[in-house]
Amino acid sequence: MADPMKIRANVSGDSTEVKVLMNHEMETGQRKDANGATIPAWFIQNVTVTYGGKTVLSAQWGPAVAKNPFLAFKFKGGAKGEKVQITWVDNKGDKRTDEAVIA
Amino acid sequence: MNTARRQVLKTGGGVTMLTLLAAAGWLKPGDAQAQTWNKVAFETKSLDETVKAMGGAAPAQSKDITFFSTPDIAENGAVVPIGVTSAIPKTESIAILVEKNPNMLAAIFEIPPGTDPSLSTRVKMGQSSNVYALVKADGKFYMASKEIKVTLGGCGG
Repeated sequence: MADPMKIRANVSGDSTEVKVLMNHEMETGQRKDANGATIPAWFIQNVTVTYGGKTVLSAQWGPAVAKNPFLAFKFKGGAKGEKVQITWVDNKGDKRTDEAVIA
Repeated sequence: MNTARRQVLKTGGGVTMLTLLAAAGWLKPGDAQAQTWNKVAFETKSLDETVKAMGGAAPAQSKDITFFSTPDIAENGAVVPIGVTSAIPKTESIAILVEKNPNMLAAIFEIPPGTDPSLSTRVKMGQSSNVYALVKADGKFYMASKEIKVTLGGCGG
């Protein structure tokens, strides 16, 4: 399984700001290696962020998202001490879920 | 015997197991994720095709979509920060497209009610190009564009 994500979730006013840094190659499938063979595409396709069992953001990504993807957004509500959970699935079927306590 | 289930049980209790279950999509299948990936949309090569693949018609230009913390000139095309805010009511999704990439569509974000229609991420750009923010609100599509100059491409080898 891939390396863990770095997640930061902070309450600001009446919403919670979530910042995520994921660890992933995000290979485009356009590049070639030293022998001229195409490096197969390998990238995160789906990202889901849930809070309290409810999805607060879901995304579909293509290979054009940068390596080690970064994502920041805000959702209404969210209490200190509660957890946000983030899951990604890549095109090889690998997946990873991490969670962070809201501060 | 269901070996997958055995393995999950063996892996342990508490939080670890809950995350595993959630990851496997067994926990509240409705909420956990409706995992779909719009293959057709991600393979399109023009704005019109992409919008069509996402189920819409020609998008209207909108001044209510703004870019934030997005550079005019990106030194490194492999990592270009893009921030998009939509002030259009009932924004349902925000997509980011890069005109001159091999496939235009970079990402689609579904915004459920309660989440701010504003987010930032980082994309790759092969060369200087227009970047489009495509917003779906109340069933209609809107767009805004911004030109970003890239001094070092992100898709070379």
